[in-house]
Amino acid sequence: MRKFLASAEFLAGAAASAVLFSSGAAHADQPRPWEMTFQPPATDMMRQIERFGNYTMWFIVPITILVLVLLLVCILRFRASANPVPSRTSHNTLIEVIWTVGPVIVLLLIAIPSFQLLTAQYTPPEEAKLTVKATGNQWNWDYEYQVDKSFSFNSAVLQDADRAKAGKEDRALYPRLLAVDNELVVPVNTMTRVLITATDVIHSFAVPSFGIKMDAVPGRTNETWFKAEKEGLYYGQCSQLCGKDHAFMPIAVRVVSDAQFKTWLETAKTDVPAANKALMAEIDGTNKVAAAGN
Amino acid sequence: MAEAAAHDHGDHRPHGWVRWVYSTNHKDIGTLYLIFAIIAGVIGAALSVAIRMELQEPGIQIFSGLAQMVYGMQGDAAIDGGKSMYNAFGAAHGLIMIFFMVMPALIGGFANWMVPIMIGAPDMAFPRMNNISFWLLPPAFILLLSSMFVPSAPGAFGVGGGWTIYPPLSTSGQPGPAMDLAILSIHIAGASSILGAINFITTIFNMRAPGMTLHKMPLFAWAVLITAFLLLLSLPVLAGAITMLLTDRNFGTAFFVPDQGGDPILFQHLFWFFGHPEVYILILPGFGIISHIVSTFSKKPVFGYLGMAYAMVAIGAVGFIVWAHHMYTTGLSLDTQRYFVFATMVIAVPTGVKIFSWIATMWGGSISFKPPMLWALGFIFLFTIGGVTGVQLANAGLDRSLHDTYFVIAHFHYVLSLGAVFAIFAGWYYWFPKMTGYMYSPVIANTHFWVTFVGVNLIFFPQHFLGLAGMPRRTVDYPDAFAGWNMISSYGSYIAAVGVAIFLYGVFEAFQKKRVAGANPWGEGATTLEWQLPSPPPFHQWEQLPKIK
Repeated sequence: MRKFLASAEFLAGAAASAVLFSSGAAHADQPRPWEMTFQPPATDMMRQIERFGNYTMWFIVPITILVLVLLLVCILRFRASANPVPSRTSHNTLIEVIWTVGPVIVLLLIAIPSFQLLTAQYTPPEEAKLTVKATGNQWNWDYEYQVDKSFSFNSAVLQDADRAKAGKEDRALYPRLLAVDNELVVPVNTMTRVLITATDVIHSFAVPSFGIKMDAVPGRTNETWFKAEKEGLYYGQCSQLCGKDHAFMPIAVRVVSDAQFKTWLETAKTDVPAANKALMAEIDGTNKVAAAGN
Repeated sequence: MAEAAAHDHGDHRPHGWVRWVYSTNHKDIGTLYLIFAIIAGVIGAALSVAIRMELQEPGIQIFSGLAQMVYGMQGDAAIDGGKSMYNAFGAAHGLIMIFFMVMPALIGGFANWMVPIMIGAPDMAFPRMNNISFWLLPPAFILLLSSMFVPSAPGAFGVGGGWTIYPPLSTSGQPGPAMDLAILSIHIAGASSILGAINFITTIFNMRAPGMTLHKMPLFAWAVLITAFLLLLSLPVLAGAITMLLTDRNFGTAFFVPDQGGDPILFQHLFWFFGHPEVYILILPGFGIISHIVSTFSKKPVFGYLGMAYAMVAIGAVGFIVWAHHMYTTGLSLDTQRYFVFATMVIAVPTGVKIFSWIATMWGGSISFKPPMLWALGFIFLFTIGGVTGVQLANAGLDRSLHDTYFVIAHFHYVLSLGAVFAIFAGWYYWFPKMTGYMYSPVIANTHFWVTFVGVNLIFFPQHFLGLAGMPRRTVDYPDAFAGWNMISSYGSYIAAVGVAIFLYGVFEAFQKKRVAGANPWGEGATTLEWQLPSPPPFHQWEQLPKIK
């Protein structure tokens, strides 16, 4: 009983924080309590995936309802008390052709946009302007910026003990198990290529609101891309079982303005923690101004 | 006793433990398989309830305590041990439910019992091989269970790589002997299934009664025949893959070791070349059972018999060429993904034929809602839900977002936990009177159905939402936003667990009350050969072969 109450209290708290969070100025895409659909898209690709997902619902929901209705009709009309003498029909070529051809047409209607979506995912609309390499380790990520002077840093789950020091005490913006110590920082509206590999076992690099998921396989380099449309913090999690701390290697992407990114990049080449600190201070400052403006 | 003695007359029936351990009788071996499946099913279900208890709330609460109790770990070691133990529970739940519950129940149990009777054969073609098929399973099961108590990764016990045991997590990621025990267990269980498959194919091809042509054969026998071919063709590939895993682990080969020229993805191709036919192995016998039950309780012959039989042939055949739809995110080329999307969607057509044919069988019938029919109706509807989410997942573009999330868990439990398992219970309540001679309490059977129906839907429907919101599968803890639906899902699993208890009580009650069922408790709709025999059937049936018109 006590446990139940505790969890109810927790849920209420989570709901309240969600309300607070959505009224805040800073944008972040992360799962929300009692969410029943995809997270809001932050890239055009994810918008296409969402659109296609909704499109398939127009077929599968009516099909499921059709089966349910047919079953109910059978149950009501053909129950023994309502229909004591069964028919002996066991063939009807026409109906058999219909229920073979019908699904074929439905599948074609699904397949055409499906192939378009799949092709779009492998056809980036423009050349990448930034390339980062994400390397999965048990149980954290290394991000290497392949710019004129390459540099890399490690990104691991944010421990509760480090929240204060990192200035990440806002649990709505930096949720447990999603927040990391060093985010992957990318500029907004910029075609970003991600090269993905791993050092030990297979991991998977996934950011739901970007519509990307690509396995990090030792010995291979996989590639994916995204173009984030809005500044903010976006969260994902490792999506391939990788051992005991599989639940504890999140992916956090901080999308910033071009100017902020340039400043960050210059400092980060030599000092990543300092660059992050400066970036967070600047974002906090603009958010406060924005909040005051509300 | 007197009754038993009367049956013995001229039966050469062995007694005591010899009857069971040395058994070459397909019905006794079938019974052994069913008992085995019930035991394994209860253990597998207990593992899943522990998983759901852990996931009821964010944080780690159950498994650190379990690791303390079982492995004697303390403090931080217990938390780390608990995380690994959670992974071990997940892997064991999957392997047990597939290899030691569903397959033994449907193929070893119902098919062993009913296929010879249905086709008018006195027994299986190779009765002694039938015996070894069964008796390989308990040692395999013991190996798998014992793997949970030996080291895998440092500070961890049990196979923590999921039932898919992908390398390198299953090789360099877990150097301890737990994985070796599990590999050996799967080898032995696989050998058992291959022997069983050979037995079924030989029996069905050669021992049908005069007049029982293939196109007159009951659909359950058809389903088992196709399943046997799938087993025969897919299991050797799994055996090869896990042997390569074993030699990678112990003898310095490098099939899956990238820095020595191997490829971890090769294992996934081999695994899913087995793994995808395997899911049809789990469901096809269920299709057969549902066809019989729907026809029996609608008092109508199966609608579109030939279409039903060849739909299963088509599902089995196409099932072999769709494996990489489990691997859309591994870095397959665009064209490869296009092919697998197309091939996978094709399967929806014969599956649709089956669903609509079951409904057409009921259409115009005179339906009585006895417990087996209730389970069959539940099966048809829930399998449809699992089927349509499967059509969504077939699309690689959409699967990008759903792969390895709880949406996939929801999908495959709708087709297996709510599909295959509902078919098993449907078959159980259909044939229980035939196998034992006793009629169960319909009230208990109906209660079992409704409790299970509510429970499993509560478990798995919310998992669609969790998957859409992005919750990855196989995690011991999750971001707090996922708490709501996880709580509902966990409560569902407790309800389903009550359902298991009701089932066990119902079995106990039936044996205690000993209500005599009679040769055919289901009336005119039950037309297959098993209903022409007394219940339970004589120790050896069809000494005079039946003639089929």
